[in-house]
Amino acid sequence: MTAAVDFKDVDIVFGAARKEALALVDSGATRQEILEKTGAVLGCAGANLTVNEGEISVLMGLSGSGKSTLLRAVNLLNVPARGNVMVKDGDRMVDVAACDAATLRHIRQTRVAMVFQQFGLLPWRTVAENVGFGLELSGVPEAERKARVERQLKLVGLDQWASKYAHELSGGMQQRVGLARAFATEAPILLMDEPFSALDPLIRTKLQDELLQLQAELKKTIIFVSHDLEEALKIGSHITIMEGGRIVQTGAPEDIVLRPANDYVRDFIANVNPLSVLTAWNVMRDRRDLDHGEDGWVWLDRRKTTRFKIDEHGLVAAAERDGKPAFWVSCADVEAQPEETTQVFWANPGTSLKTVMLAMHRSQTAPVALFDDQSRFVGAIGVRDVLSAVLRR
Amino acid sequence: MKKNEGTLAMDPVSQLISSFKIPIGRWGKTFFDFLTTNFEWFFDSIADGLTVVLDGLVDLLLLVPPVLLVAAIAGLAWYLQKSWKLALAVALGLLFIVNQDLWQETVETLVLVVGAAAASMAIGVPIGIWAAHNERGYRYLQPILDLMQTMPTFVYLIPVLILFGLGIAPGLIVTVIFAAPAPIRLTHLGITSVPKPMIEAGEAFGATKRQLLWKVELPAALPTIMAGLTQCIMLCLSMVVIAALIGANGLGKPVVRALNSVNIPLGLEAGLAIVVLAIILDRISRIGTGAAK
Repeated sequence: MTAAVDFKDVDIVFGAARKEALALVDSGATRQEILEKTGAVLGCAGANLTVNEGEISVLMGLSGSGKSTLLRAVNLLNVPARGNVMVKDGDRMVDVAACDAATLRHIRQTRVAMVFQQFGLLPWRTVAENVGFGLELSGVPEAERKARVERQLKLVGLDQWASKYAHELSGGMQQRVGLARAFATEAPILLMDEPFSALDPLIRTKLQDELLQLQAELKKTIIFVSHDLEEALKIGSHITIMEGGRIVQTGAPEDIVLRPANDYVRDFIANVNPLSVLTAWNVMRDRRDLDHGEDGWVWLDRRKTTRFKIDEHGLVAAAERDGKPAFWVSCADVEAQPEETTQVFWANPGTSLKTVMLAMHRSQTAPVALFDDQSRFVGAIGVRDVLSAVLRR
Repeated sequence: MKKNEGTLAMDPVSQLISSFKIPIGRWGKTFFDFLTTNFEWFFDSIADGLTVVLDGLVDLLLLVPPVLLVAAIAGLAWYLQKSWKLALAVALGLLFIVNQDLWQETVETLVLVVGAAAASMAIGVPIGIWAAHNERGYRYLQPILDLMQTMPTFVYLIPVLILFGLGIAPGLIVTVIFAAPAPIRLTHLGITSVPKPMIEAGEAFGATKRQLLWKVELPAALPTIMAGLTQCIMLCLSMVVIAALIGANGLGKPVVRALNSVNIPLGLEAGLAIVVLAIILDRISRIGTGAAK
């Protein structure tokens, strides 16, 4: 995996007394202290974050936590006071904080596109003219521009609206225009600054789904700012949580939910339904932690109701439940299985916790085994593992 | 002052302050003397050039039969505003002026007002754009604009008269001095109040400074700049009588003559003609106040 955007020790300060403010940042002062002593507003401090190609990296935090500030450093709408913001440009990495005007323009025109919370459309231009705005700025000839605009409008389902003015469209449609404008430049990196926050919940969910669909096809690198954790968990492959201008935790969505770094993050995830993020992998006990009997038998649960016999390749050779021979079935089609006591369900690491729980329910709380994609036994999930994950204990 | 000195009871401090008068008036006169002796050729050529152009234009328009010109202006009103009601009102208003036998004066005034407004816009819009991008510059500019608008016109009438002589050219210059602050202020206002997300959208997609100006700032500020044009035309029209005092022909002339000879009918006729012209110019020049396209 290669990095598309790399923040290195980025500090952003607004206001005149930058030197004094940076000195306070180094001594670890909070944003409030810096504001009182120097009058400067700390945007963000000591931000280190690598965003890899093709991932959706979500910056999260309450308003004023510095998430938008950091995002806007990627195309230099905010200028870092210190540090480097490396952006991938073909085969090289360019530090946008230190490059010349022509390079910056090149990055903005062809490498990094942006979608704004308040859409940022130009009301005197038609939808098609808005979508072609970026191409017009970089001097793409009119014929090619028209073709590309048309393609983008089809992609977001607005080709019928090309000659309407932006203000004649609903909010959801306006943001689709914003998306199409960003896609039209074919920039591989997309900055999205709370793009769906101004929309009502139904439209928001719809656009999130559309974005995920488009992303499956286009494989952009997306940095997405959000204050909504549900949204972050839904679309993010990587989540970074910010507080008071500093990054407090960064990791995969389930990392954040299972191992919150501090109380701020814990508050954040307090209302999140763990079933919507956790997978079998997150809750299983590794096979090495299970009770091993003689002859290669392994107990799947603490109560010792179910055991597998594992051969030298790691495959299951035999199964036993309540002392009687049993067979093992995938929980992928758990709904279709009859309720029998002689079966043991197995899941993949990526199977959602919800499906695992359903399998347990159908088999009178029997443990669920975990196989990797070569059908090797990797671990097991007992009722207690599920309960402790859901209750976060 | 001298006469009152004896009667005015003054405390010692005030006496001390007034004992030496700063010779602002004399300095000003020295400055203008310097200009007239050293740059007379410069001001004369400006005056001559302007006079030739403006008088030529007036002569040209007077060659056209009044009815035809009235129809042309009504047509322009229809073209700009797409309203036949307005076109009809414009035609009726102008025919009333023809009927009052003030057509030649009206054409002269029209040329002066349109010329002064065009010059004010040509000077004011670029300065307004510059000021919008240069807040410090605008801070220095503001007192100058205040001066241009509040200094009684008669005060700068005198030096303009000395530098440019009598006629339509000094009339135009005085009018521009008075009217140019409006487009400067409104262009500045229009461009500084372009919503920030629009500017950022332009920057984020890699606009150069020039592209940002032409593709984002000016279109967004256009309605305000157009309001500046309308205001500018009205200010120009309000200077018609004063321009007449320094020899500019037009509807101001009969007003001044009526004042000097206490001629109520003449004053009323010319005054009404100015009002009609003002209303017509105001309605026609309200471009782009609807949908900003």
